[in-house]
Amino acid sequence: MAVAIVRLRSLFAVVMLSGIYSLIAAAIFVQLDAVDVAFTEAAVGAGISTVLMLGTLALTTNHEKIPHYTPYLPLVLVVLTGAALFYGTLDMPYFGDPNAPIHQHVAPHYLELSPQEIGIKNIVTNILASYRGYDTLGEVTVIFTAGVGVLALLGGRRRKRQRSEDMDKSVGGGMF
Amino acid sequence: MEGFDIKTVLGLYNYWIVIVLAMAGFYIVISRANLVKKIVGLNVFQTSVFLFYITMAKVDGGTAPIIEKAYEVYSNPLPHVLILTAIVVGVATTALGLGLVVRINDAYGTIEEDEINAQDQAE
Repeated sequence: MAVAIVRLRSLFAVVMLSGIYSLIAAAIFVQLDAVDVAFTEAAVGAGISTVLMLGTLALTTNHEKIPHYTPYLPLVLVVLTGAALFYGTLDMPYFGDPNAPIHQHVAPHYLELSPQEIGIKNIVTNILASYRGYDTLGEVTVIFTAGVGVLALLGGRRRKRQRSEDMDKSVGGGMF
Repeated sequence: MEGFDIKTVLGLYNYWIVIVLAMAGFYIVISRANLVKKIVGLNVFQTSVFLFYITMAKVDGGTAPIIEKAYEVYSNPLPHVLILTAIVVGVATTALGLGLVVRINDAYGTIEEDEINAQDQAE
């Protein structure tokens, strides 16, 4: 899938593939017990992202031009980075190991006490809204900033187009 | 380094998938000139990182971290929370990036990086 995204030149197909990729990722998340994450990925990653990208394609162009050089340097760089990361995984705890360090710190506390402390059965909700509430506040701030940014970028665009349309009209009026 | 027995391979297989996906996304970002494709590449990379976190959260024989009497073992909920936040932030940044692409297309009439560079050089 990812290789197809690399190779394909039609941006429409690329965007569709990335949507499918997100959906498959969501299915994998369900398989790995992360149901909340899967919901979000399916709705936001596969849904909203795809719509946003299709909108961009509608406003710009649908076809990627063929580059006139062969990208050997990036390929070498990627292979080197991949090899380094691969070496890094050799020390990782195995998949599903209950004794991995990640499961020893605060997670047991959350699992055992958060139903009493917060009173909601879904622990992900407990942590998201309560223990890590500041994270969520920061997230909202980021979304707000991004929204303002997009408005600032695209709002001016609409005004400019309107102005040029007005000018077209006035020019047209002058001519006839 | 101890030899690659089947246990090692199965235990680390998910991480390797993550690395392949991440490198595919990385390659798209640094080798393609098209700006929309770069953003798709970033998304691929991003999803691979999500997969990495969720992989670490999985516990053998565990189930989704929703307290129910019938279950004893749950997966680690903390990475789930972090990734939940990251997905939404990721979409926000994607939206901003695509907004920039639209503006660049307005200003230069193209979304190919080398053509934009050429126009900048010409000025």
